Amino acid sequence: MRSRTHTRVLAATSAVCALALAVAGCSGTTKGDSEDDAKGKAHNAEANPDAPLKKGLKLAFLPKQINNPYMKVVDQAGIKATEGYGGEAKEVGPSDAKASSQVSYINTLIQQRQDAILIAANDPNAVCGPLKQAMKQDIKIVSYDSDAGKDCRHVFINQAGSEAIGRGLVRDMAKQIDNKGQIAVLSATQNATNQNTWITFMKDELKKPKYKDMKLVKTAYGDDVDQKSFQETQGLLKAYPKLKGIISPTTVGLAAAARYLSGSSYKGKVVLGGLGTPNQMRKYVKDGTLDQFSLWDPQNLGYLGSYAAAALSSGQITGKEGEEFEAGKLGKRKIGKDGEVILGPPTVFDKDNIDDYDF
Amino acid sequence: MNAPPTSDDAERAGSQRGPGGRSGREGGGIARLLRWDAALGVLLVAVFLAGTGTTDGFADAANLSSALNDTVEIALLALPMTLLVVAGQVDLSVASMLGLSSALAGSLWDGGWTFELIVPICLLTGVLGGLLNGWLVTRVGLPSLAVTIGTLALYRGLASVVLGNKAVADFPETYAQWARSTETVPGTFMPYPMALFAVLAAAASVVLHRTSFGRSLFAIGAQEEVAYFAGIRVKRFKLVLFAVSGLMAAFAGLVYTLRYGSARADNGLGLELTVVASVLLGGVDFDGGKGTLGGAVAGVLLIGVLNNLLTLGDVSHEIQVIVTGGLLIVSVLIPRVIAVLTDRRHRRLAAS
Repeated sequence: MRSRTHTRVLAATSAVCALALAVAGCSGTTKGDSEDDAKGKAHNAEANPDAPLKKGLKLAFLPKQINNPYMKVVDQAGIKATEGYGGEAKEVGPSDAKASSQVSYINTLIQQRQDAILIAANDPNAVCGPLKQAMKQDIKIVSYDSDAGKDCRHVFINQAGSEAIGRGLVRDMAKQIDNKGQIAVLSATQNATNQNTWITFMKDELKKPKYKDMKLVKTAYGDDVDQKSFQETQGLLKAYPKLKGIISPTTVGLAAAARYLSGSSYKGKVVLGGLGTPNQMRKYVKDGTLDQFSLWDPQNLGYLGSYAAAALSSGQITGKEGEEFEAGKLGKRKIGKDGEVILGPPTVFDKDNIDDYDF
Repeated sequence: MNAPPTSDDAERAGSQRGPGGRSGREGGGIARLLRWDAALGVLLVAVFLAGTGTTDGFADAANLSSALNDTVEIALLALPMTLLVVAGQVDLSVASMLGLSSALAGSLWDGGWTFELIVPICLLTGVLGGLLNGWLVTRVGLPSLAVTIGTLALYRGLASVVLGNKAVADFPETYAQWARSTETVPGTFMPYPMALFAVLAAAASVVLHRTSFGRSLFAIGAQEEVAYFAGIRVKRFKLVLFAVSGLMAAFAGLVYTLRYGSARADNGLGLELTVVASVLLGGVDFDGGKGTLGGAVAGVLLIGVLNNLLTLGDVSHEIQVIVTGGLLIVSVLIPRVIAVLTDRRHRRLAAS
């Protein structure tokens, strides 16, 4: 008796499911239909290069996460630059590097009627909707460090070309290990936009014939969490005893990896390289844990971002290719393809020059 | 007295609670006023009024819409979670299932499947995931906390397998518009997902407080064995709850994906704790057998409104977390303190 009811229920359910699938499958919405949906119109205003910088502009920096020392340096420099030309700026943001957390911050910044929002996007797509909403209300959007979708911001301040960073990291590593041996990458989160772009270029660089004896054996993810990065480093060295080098293209990862190496028997045997800040890495460069690492000047990144936001809000630029604006001590800057402004090539830090920097 | 049947009735049915139980039995009118969920409702209104008075832009319709929409996944997940916790269970895998559903939607959409087909597939995955939880809890007999911590990792891992480190965007505008905070029910500041939540909450409230199924859940949560011998199909009911929880998580995953326009394997990471916190803040007892759906809804809204208010006031995220944590501890503490106090007074009265 029971089992018959069961069979009947089961049969009915499968019939309904099959019907639903059939109906849905026939005339559905697929990716092809919606390609053009998201494309918005953004820049239509006229730029007036001679317009003076407005006084009392309100700027908000929305970093990937607020407790990241590198982002702090960028934002503080940006806030100082803003005060330099009579505006006011603040830093707000989530304590986790999650895409969704930034969205509620954008919504509140719109409510607070900021003149411009500077954002280091955790996910180029997730922040897009709210940013477009802000642009509709005449709030200027500058992305820095990590870009948002092209349609969702006016200008992107690129710290250095992604290609230059990715290929440069491999070149620096290759030099130190004589183009031979296994290497691994210690990245941030699995979905981090920047890191993934750089890793793509690293892999491409490694395809060149001169690196035929180098092999990328593993990409580990430390989630930009110090402890996790520390453990992942430990794991990499255990799993690959022949490992010659680790590249960590994130400041959190590099510092954690250096801390592990400096206290282990691998110190001086495994080459470490990547992106880091001088203050975090000074100790390890001096005690010989690693010879060099690189980074662009984060203070200039925040500085340039602030000036770009002011130029946008004052109407000097609209974000079109070819427009120029005055960026204080950094001089005249030109907007390149896709609204990108490139800060400049990264600096390589080693024990000879590290004491010249304080950030 | 024809007040709606509440947890107190079930408590009687469940019989024999320790002295720590809420004293709905003897307290009458006063105890009813002292109920935590009612107090929470009052607190919610107070926070709302205070926000309107002190913070610029808070009472703005656009702000309220986006604040409400920002809590919608938590709100949706809190409904089945309330039922589970009342029955003495918990499902910590909901946020991972949300991520899996999102990743699956992204992967299939990227592969050129129709969105109308993706929806039922994701929902079905949710049901299957929920059934796995339920099966392990009811048939294998493992505690739900342990099982769902396991599937929390399992489903998130599957999400990473399905979509890897990709992020899929460009979902169809036809559907995405319904998930945004800018599209509201005409004449109100209520975004559509939240309107749907209101309907579901009303339905869940009826189920929990007005049906024999709901009353059985209270009985299971209070005294599982007694419930079993009273003829309640304990295992069947639990299985159903886990399946519904999985289904809702998969649905919330679709809402999340459309709302942010981005399918990723790490979507909703860590959201399960916010959901459980909201439910507990709403006065639902983690030991099971006590709580109201209205309280849980008030808990969700309070956390949402408070976060929005603090963000508007430029209060740093760390302080926000501290405020929510403090509130949670208070919510667990106060009903117990009240219970102990009333218990003592009763004993004194009885002695004199």
